[in-house]
Amino acid sequence: MIDRRSFLASGALAAALGAAPRIAFASAAGEQRFLFVIQRGAADGLHSLVPLADPGLRAARAALVDGLEEPVKLDSLFSLHPALVNAAALFRDRQALFLHAVATTYRDRSHFDAQNLLETGGIRPYAERSGWINRMLDLLPGARAMALAQAVPMALRGDHPVASYAPTRRAGPTPDLAARVASLYAGDRQLHDLWSQATQTAELVDDLSVGNGRGGKALGDLAARLLAPADGARVMMVETGGWDTHTAQKGRLAAQLGGLDALIGALKAGLGPAWDRTLVVVATEFGRTVAVNGTGGTDHGTAAVAMLFGGKVRGGRVLADWPGLRQSDLHEGRDLRPTQGLEDVIAGAVAGHFALDPEEVGRRLYPSIDRMKPLSGLIHAR
Amino acid sequence: MPLRSIAINRFGLGGRPDEDPPADPRRWLREQFASFEPTPAAFSAIPTRAQVADKLAAYADERPDSGKRDDPEKVEALQMARRRLRRNAQDQYRALAGARARAAVLSKAPFIERLVHFWANHFAISVDKQTTVGFGGLLEVEAIRPHVLGRFADMLGAVEQHPAMLLYLDQVQSVGPESVLGLRAAQRRGVGRVPGLNENLAREILELHTLGVRSGYSQADVTEFARALTGWSIAGVRRGPAARIIGDRARPGTFVFVEDLHQPGTRTIMGRHYGQKGFAQGAAILGDLAASPATAHHIATKLARHFVADNPPPALVQRLTATFLDSGGDLRSIYSTLIAAEEAWVPGPAKFKTPWEWSISALRALGSTGLADNQMADLLAELGQPTWRPGSPAGYDDTAPSWAGSDGLVKRVEAAERLAQRLGGGLDPRSLCDKILPGVLTQQTADAVARAESLAQGLALFLVSPEFLRR
Repeated sequence: MIDRRSFLASGALAAALGAAPRIAFASAAGEQRFLFVIQRGAADGLHSLVPLADPGLRAARAALVDGLEEPVKLDSLFSLHPALVNAAALFRDRQALFLHAVATTYRDRSHFDAQNLLETGGIRPYAERSGWINRMLDLLPGARAMALAQAVPMALRGDHPVASYAPTRRAGPTPDLAARVASLYAGDRQLHDLWSQATQTAELVDDLSVGNGRGGKALGDLAARLLAPADGARVMMVETGGWDTHTAQKGRLAAQLGGLDALIGALKAGLGPAWDRTLVVVATEFGRTVAVNGTGGTDHGTAAVAMLFGGKVRGGRVLADWPGLRQSDLHEGRDLRPTQGLEDVIAGAVAGHFALDPEEVGRRLYPSIDRMKPLSGLIHAR
Repeated sequence: MPLRSIAINRFGLGGRPDEDPPADPRRWLREQFASFEPTPAAFSAIPTRAQVADKLAAYADERPDSGKRDDPEKVEALQMARRRLRRNAQDQYRALAGARARAAVLSKAPFIERLVHFWANHFAISVDKQTTVGFGGLLEVEAIRPHVLGRFADMLGAVEQHPAMLLYLDQVQSVGPESVLGLRAAQRRGVGRVPGLNENLAREILELHTLGVRSGYSQADVTEFARALTGWSIAGVRRGPAARIIGDRARPGTFVFVEDLHQPGTRTIMGRHYGQKGFAQGAAILGDLAASPATAHHIATKLARHFVADNPPPALVQRLTATFLDSGGDLRSIYSTLIAAEEAWVPGPAKFKTPWEWSISALRALGSTGLADNQMADLLAELGQPTWRPGSPAGYDDTAPSWAGSDGLVKRVEAAERLAQRLGGGLDPRSLCDKILPGVLTQQTADAVARAESLAQGLALFLVSPEFLRR
C-alpha cells in the first residue's frame, strides 16, 4: 500500500485517473460531479438530525439528548448535532437538504444484508450482481468513476471499470474494530491479557474520527483533488465506517459526525467553483433504536437520515413525513418508522443533478423495485 | 472441535471457501501422500541454482586481489559489485519466498505442504547471511520438497550437500589441516595464517539436525566429525580455499567433494570408527546419525510438538520414535503414526498459530490466490516471521510464548482488517465460518461476526477470533 502523500506527489495520481484525453468534456456527466458517502454500520439519524421538539425523544433517550451541547435549531422540529458545523453553515446557505425517516426496502437488521441492498439497489440481499452507481454510469457515458476505498465497493461494481484507492495508511486497527476485538476476547484469558496490554501501549486510530476530524478532512481534501480537475473523476464513492454505536454513543458519534463534517467542509473548499456542479449524497444502511440501551448506545433500527449537499441542492430544508416517536408510532415497537424510500431520494437527486429523466434513472438504478417514485424538487434546474 | 476441523486446521494450512471440509479426515490426510506435488505451478518461474551461483561467481570475479585493496577505484568497483549482488540476491529471495507462499495458499495437499515448512525450519538457514540470500529458498525446493515423503536419511544427505547449508554454516571455508592444501598452505605461510577446520556445520548437524543437544556427543566428536566433512564444498561460487582447486570441473552451485581439502585418516565418533576414504567417510557418519535412536527421539519430539502440543505427550513421542526406528526413518510411516494418534485429535485448540501459519490460513480463508511477492514479504516481516530468516540455524521457535505477544496481536488485527478489506470482496463471513472452522466457532464469536458493521469487518473479526488464531 502506498501512502497518500507519496501517491499525490509521485504523479501516480495522473496514472490512476488515466492519461486519457479530456473525454470528460464530451460525457453526459460533463462538469457535473457526484459523490456518494456511505456510512457503514448504521448511523443514528435521531442523533444526527435530532427531532428535539418531539416529546417522545427525551422519553426514550434522555441520556443521549441531554448530552447534546448547543444543537443547531433548523426548524420547529429538528436540530442538528453540534459537531455538524459545516453542514449547518451549508444549511443556512441553502446548500444542504436533509431527509428524515428514510429507509431502503430492507426491514431486517443485518448490516451485511442491508448494505448489500443499499449498494446494489436490489430488494433481496445478494440477488443483484452490480451496484447502482455502476449502473448509473450507463447514463453518463465517458464519466470516470473511482472509489476511495481499499477495494471497489459493491455499489461501484459492475460492467464499467472503476478505480479504487485507499487514502490512508493506518497506524493500527480502527477503534471500532479494536473495541469489538476487545469484547471478542473477553472470555479468553490469554488473548484478553494480550489485548489489554496492547491497547494500553498503542494508540489506535481511525480514518474518520481521528484527531478532531483530521481524518475526515484528509478524505475530503483527497476527494476534491480527484474530482476537481477538468479530466478528473466525475463519480466517486467514499467509505466511512465506525457508525455502529452500540456503546458510548455520545462521544463516539460526536467524533464520527465531526469527521463527516470535516470531510464535507474540505470537499467544498477543495472543489472551489466546481462545488456548484457537485452533488453529495450521504446515506447509511439503516437507523438505530429510538431507545438508548444499557451501555449508553443504541442498537440496530430501521429508518435513518439521508443528507444531500451541493451548490445546486434545494437546501435549507428538512424533508420528513414525520412518523412520531410515541411507542405506538414505532416500527415493531422500537424503531423510527420509515416514511420515505431512500431509493426515491437517490433516484430523484441523481436525475435532478444530471438533468436526466427521473423514470429512466429509477428503472436503471433500481430495476427490481416496482413502484419507484423518484422525488422531484431536490435539485435546482440547470 | 470436530475431526474435520482438526484435519483442516491443525494438520493442514486452513480451509478455503472453494473447498469442502473432508468427509473422512484421516483418509484425507493419507491421500495427500499421493496428491502432493513436489514442484507445483507456483515454482515454475523461480530462479535456478545456476542463476544464483552465477551471480555469486560474477561477484567473486570482480573482487580485487588482496594486494590491490587500497586502490580507490578498485574499492569503489568492489562496493558497486557488492550492491549489485545484494540486489540480485534479494530479488531471487523474494521470488522464492513468494512462490513458497503461493504454493501454500493454493495447495491441495496442505498437510504435506505444512510438513515441508516444518522440515525447512528444522534444517533452517537464515538469509541474513549475504551468501545464503539467493540460495536460501532453493534449499527447501531442492532438498526438502523432493524428500518430504521419503526417508529422513535422504533428506539429511540432500540438505547437508546443498550450497545454502554449506555456505550458511561455513563448511566451504573448512580445510583439513593435514590435507594436501592444508599442508601446502602451512609450508608457504607459516602457522597462524593457515586456513583450518571449521566446526560450524558438524556441530549443528549433531545438535540441531540429528541427535539433538545434550544427547551424549562430546566436543571431541564434533571435531572428529568436522574433520570427516572437510572437502565438502560447492563449485563455482569462489568462496573459501577450495575455489582455485575446484576450477571449472563442475557447474556452478553443484556439490563437489574436494579431495585436496580432506583430512586423511580414520575418524572416531561416539566410539565408532570410520575408516572410509574421502566423501564416503562423511556420508557414512551422516548415515549412522540419521539412524540413531537419539535422532529418532529428537525428530519425534519436534513433530509431536508441531502437531499436538507445545509440551508433547511422552507416550506419543515414544510411539513416533519407535516408528522412526522400526521403519528406518521412513517419513510416511512416521506421519501415519501421527495421523493415527488419538493425542493429535484432541478437541480444543492445541497450538497458537505462528505468523506464517496465520497469514497463510487467512489468505486461504479469504479464497486468495496469494499476494504479490513484496506484499507477502512485507506482511510476514510486519508480523515478525520473515521467510527463511529466523536469525539462527535453530530456526523459528514452535511454541506459543514466542508468538502470542501483544504487539504481534495488534499487528494481526491490523493486517486482518487490511486483508479483509482488500481481498474479502463479497465473501460473507457468516457462511465462511462453517467452511473454514466447521463446528468450532463459539456463540460469542459467531455473534461478534454477525453483528459486525460491514462484511469486511466481520471477516476481520473472524480472522482474529480466538478460534482462528489457534489450531
